[in-house]
Amino acid sequence: MAQQELIIEAGKTERHYWKDILRFRELFFFLSWRDILVRYKQTAIGIAWSLLRPILTMAVFTVIFGRLAKLPSDGAPYPILVFAAMLPWQFFANSLGESSMSLTANANLISKVYFPRIIIPASAVIVSVVDFLLSFLILSALMVWYGFFPDWRIMALPLFILMAFMASFGIGLWATSLNVKYRDFRYIIPFVVQFGLYISPVGFSSSIVPEKWRLLYSLNPMVGVIDGFRWAILRGESRIYWPGFALSAILIIVILLSGIRYFRKTERTFADII
Amino acid sequence: MPTVIKIENLSKKYVISHQRQEPYLALRDVLAENVRRFGGRLSRVITGKKASGRPSREEIWALKDVSCEIKQGERVGIIGRNGAGKSTLLKVLSRITEPTSGRVSIRGNAASLLEIGTGFHPELTGRENIYLNGAILGMKKADIKRKFDEIVAFAETEKFLDTPVKRYSSGMHLRLAFAVAAHLEPAILIVDEVLAVGDAQFQKKCLGKMQKIGSDGRTVLFVSHNMQAIRNICSRAILLNKGEVVSDEATETTISHYTRFLQEIEVNSETGVNNELVRRGSGAIRFTSVELQDADGNKRFSFEMGDIVRFKISYRIFREMKGLIVHIALCSGITRENVTSVRHLVTPDKLAAGVKGTLIVEFKDIYIRPGEYPVYLLLCDADMTSASKDVLDDLAAPLVITAGGKKIYDNFDPSRPEGYFSLPSQIVLNEIEGENIVNAYSKKEE
Repeated sequence: MAQQELIIEAGKTERHYWKDILRFRELFFFLSWRDILVRYKQTAIGIAWSLLRPILTMAVFTVIFGRLAKLPSDGAPYPILVFAAMLPWQFFANSLGESSMSLTANANLISKVYFPRIIIPASAVIVSVVDFLLSFLILSALMVWYGFFPDWRIMALPLFILMAFMASFGIGLWATSLNVKYRDFRYIIPFVVQFGLYISPVGFSSSIVPEKWRLLYSLNPMVGVIDGFRWAILRGESRIYWPGFALSAILIIVILLSGIRYFRKTERTFADII
Repeated sequence: MPTVIKIENLSKKYVISHQRQEPYLALRDVLAENVRRFGGRLSRVITGKKASGRPSREEIWALKDVSCEIKQGERVGIIGRNGAGKSTLLKVLSRITEPTSGRVSIRGNAASLLEIGTGFHPELTGRENIYLNGAILGMKKADIKRKFDEIVAFAETEKFLDTPVKRYSSGMHLRLAFAVAAHLEPAILIVDEVLAVGDAQFQKKCLGKMQKIGSDGRTVLFVSHNMQAIRNICSRAILLNKGEVVSDEATETTISHYTRFLQEIEVNSETGVNNELVRRGSGAIRFTSVELQDADGNKRFSFEMGDIVRFKISYRIFREMKGLIVHIALCSGITRENVTSVRHLVTPDKLAAGVKGTLIVEFKDIYIRPGEYPVYLLLCDADMTSASKDVLDDLAAPLVITAGGKKIYDNFDPSRPEGYFSLPSQIVLNEIEGENIVNAYSKKEE
């Protein structure tokens, strides 16, 4: 018999944490699978909705920023410019929304069963990946329609997807642990998401921001991610402002690491206060 | 046998804030509180007054210095009143919450079952939920696959495997949930009162399964209010009170400690009336005290068969009520189903806020079999709306009936407790026909 000894002591539950995550990977898959199933099950509108929302947003932005405000499109068709930004933005917004509510939504699991709690917000982010893939199909269709095809730079896209993932997971970790402690924190997230849509370069290219403000503008971590997506998808026509990009990337890493730290620090008390 | 669970000086503290009405902390409250505190400090600096005490936090030790060892293959029951720390102990052992101090070491894989059907999702089908719930309980996908048919057979839900669980009856739902849990095969099983749900039939099935698990030589830790179940399953029992181990001996010894202990407590405390855990009223009316008395008005918890039992109930009304009904039920200590219940209209009149009252309900010649009977009490308005009611789910102490010396009727044998009631009976017709009937009193003649 493989006799493994488990020690439970105050402030010391974390010794096998990362090993435990590996051990509970099946639960992680099952939770993601559950969330995806529930999301797309029964609701025929489920899939239609995740297709319709980005298309409508793109149409509105194209009309307002491209046609009415006549903002520059960096040499690409305006809808593609918008959609290249919609991809990471929707992914960020969805996964932030899902993960920030994930712990409180699974309160009964947390108070009845042990597993590394970080599995819950992580699997919530995974659900948004499905929406992301669907949106990607729309983008491909758009590119075929406009006859605009990416070059080798598209190979770098997974890197930027990883950045988007880290950004939303990092902020999601903060949000969901704060949400357990302060129940009115959830009112802040939708506001952040809505506000973020306007201050991030989704409907317009970040090149319209004056050069001297761009570093400041990059304090919004999504600026780096969106610029990266545009660079990869629009054949480099949309140039990256590298100092800003580096700042965004560093910020994302800081947010993620501090998010994990804060989550780990507070997760031991989740079951007591949830 | 080697020790598999070793608990050393385990303590767990909860901080409870009395000031708030809401169960959760809200950010706006925290901000407001900080502003207020800052303002208070500012005004104290200006006026030179000292800080006034703020008695808003209270520390509660749910577990205090608990130590014990459990050997491989032992089946240990954990008993105690509501709030004694039983569930907290299980939660610490299953790593759901961390202890404040102390140490636990567990050898071998442990699985805890604090609730059945944890994580069941109503939109998913039975099949999907079996996999999900199994994974949540710590089973590997391969194990679930292997035991899948067995689980389905045990739950008796073959036909509904691909139906969303939300269309299941509550009985089917329970059976499926228990079936998954019953097929866990850990070396150490930690079980909280899972039997407190479902109908009697189902509970018997659960009990049987639990007994089987016990006889398989696995280590079992079992929390229950159900003394009969503890007796059936466990060889040893631990009695907790206010977070401390009071008794840790053979099952019968601990249970008798518990019974005596309950009676001692009741003399100086009020039957759970102040215990928030067992009540879920609407706030319109509240029990202020509940007492069990004998015919002479003495406070008692233990009665003999044939005694008179009186429930003295005091209440206070906080919002206007249309009439008042009192409902008293005696439940089975084993299955929690109602053994018997009574309902009386106290008054049909409109009662205004601030009204207080006391009433005594008397049970004459109580013919219930010896045993422990948790009491359920309900006060509500005459229309039985749930908007104005107060409920006491389990009085801290159950009503205890003992056989006593009274001979209620001929041939009465209290040691054969089958069923709940002892109804006086006698044979009124007795015809035996046929040949070769040997007279019992005249045999061995040859």
